[in-house]
Amino acid sequence: MSRTVVNAIVNGEPVAFLGGGGQSLLDALRDELRLTGTKEGCGTGDCGACSVIVDGRLVCACLMLAPEAEGKRIETIEGLADNGHLHPLQHQFLEQAALQCGFCTPGLLMASKALLDRNPDPTETEVRYWLAGNICRCTGYDKVVRAVMDAAADLRQEEKPR
Amino acid sequence: MSGVEYISPGTVAEAISALQAAGGNGRLLAGGTDLLVQMRGGRAKPKVVIDLKGIPGIAAIREEAGGFIIGAAASGALIGEHEGLRKAWPGVVEAANLIGSTQVQGRASLGGNLCNASPAADSVPALIAAGAICVIAGPNGQREAPVETIQSGPGKTTLGKDEVLMAFKLPKRPAHSGDAYLRLIPRTEMDIAVVGAAVSVTLDAPGKCISARVSIGAVAPTALLVETAGSALVGSSFDDVALANLEAAVAVACKPISDKRGTIEYRTKVAAVLARRAALIARDRAQGSDRAQGAAS
Ligand SMILES: Cc1cc2nc3c(=O)[nH]c(=O)nc-3n(C[C@H](O)[C@H](O)[C@H](O)COP(=O)(O)OP(=O)(O)OC[C@H]3O[C@@H](n4cnc5c(N)ncnc54)[C@H](O)[C@@H]3O)c2cc1C
Ligand code: FES
Ligand code: FES
Repeated sequence: MSRTVVNAIVNGEPVAFLGGGGQSLLDALRDELRLTGTKEGCGTGDCGACSVIVDGRLVCACLMLAPEAEGKRIETIEGLADNGHLHPLQHQFLEQAALQCGFCTPGLLMASKALLDRNPDPTETEVRYWLAGNICRCTGYDKVVRAVMDAAADLRQEEKPR
Repeated sequence: MSGVEYISPGTVAEAISALQAAGGNGRLLAGGTDLLVQMRGGRAKPKVVIDLKGIPGIAAIREEAGGFIIGAAASGALIGEHEGLRKAWPGVVEAANLIGSTQVQGRASLGGNLCNASPAADSVPALIAAGAICVIAGPNGQREAPVETIQSGPGKTTLGKDEVLMAFKLPKRPAHSGDAYLRLIPRTEMDIAVVGAAVSVTLDAPGKCISARVSIGAVAPTALLVETAGSALVGSSFDDVALANLEAAVAVACKPISDKRGTIEYRTKVAAVLARRAALIARDRAQGSDRAQGAAS
């Protein structure tokens, strides 16, 4: 059989699933682990709906094979809120109506998280270039960019020692 | 895509044996940003996918003898974060970082960009201009070959069926050196080059060009090293005559196709213009001015 057991850490939890060389990480997340927050828009790396963070790097889950996840730390949208407390990015997306159908939103949120993890104070230009691989067909990008800028400010405020 | 075996060898010898055992049905995997798209579309139908990233050093960057060794599977993101590389080879780094989105950068490698052998591969002209050398492992040991000898046509390379590209060697930079890569796309991100041009130069202390390499992409079946364009700069101070000669040499070397992205005439004209602009950015960088830093697309 060409499928083997893959061990990974998903959103902080050790998991094991069956993965083969013909299966993307996206398929494994959705079909094996039932984490359906990560979406498939194109399956070819163009839309960013499947964005997840693997060992600290933003990647398209549709362009990574499931068995490549062996030993990796994977962050998906399901891990973004902290025990029911929305992440500042999620809060600002709601606040600023940065979504309509919401299909692109998990990918945009994970991409934005990866940006703020390494650059807590990005310029608007940096946000726009960073998110160029995330396509939204209904909302447009201005509200998204504003939400990311404001979430960044919220996070900086939280970090400040009082 | 079902029923495909995945293996992750820990040594290059194992990777080569796996390629041989697969007898033409094996494909090497670096970042997968070309291969997975091709597998999904049915253009690639491997029985075995051989992941290279478990081979020690193949996904890393290190300094050696004043130069750099970029692992064939090192990601664009890793390349962009490397201070020393950015300083010594800003043109190579900006070309690598133009590949795809942030997500694609997290995985895409220079080895994959070269071996996928698209005529429009962005990093290839920059590597050729830089004089990068490929380190290639095969069943009988290692060999070295200049980057410009690898692509042999769209989707084709001169690598043997059981060879693995291990790394790119970038030589030590003499003083007053600089490189640059420019591409034309109809928008600012996420598109395939209509034309790409890379230039690497070394100047003497007063600023005269003492060596130059020029390479163009997307205007022929493979990226081209245009030696006559490099010679047009050598001995000059980047005056209008030298730059006009550079443009003429580039235009003669272009063998583009006409398609929806651009006609033959347009591509030829743009290749000449981009080569001129890249030459001036490379010169400014060689003179230690950063004002051209990051001036791509
Ligand atoms: C959304 C998107 C946008 C893109 N934008 C660009 C762009 O702007 N510019 C551009 O140039 N490209 C672009 N690409 C194409 C692709 O990302 C690049 O060509 C990338 O550099 C491929 O590297 P990889 O590591 O992902 O290769 P892989 O997909 O892993 O491999 C590509 C090919 O090379 C072979 N190979 C890989 N490594 C080796 C090795 N070490 N030795 C021998 N053979 C090897 C593989 O077998 C395969 O045939 C884009 C792709 C996507 C999906
Ligand atoms: S589904 Fe992965 S990028 Fe579109
Ligand atoms: S909200 Fe519908 S695709 Fe972005």
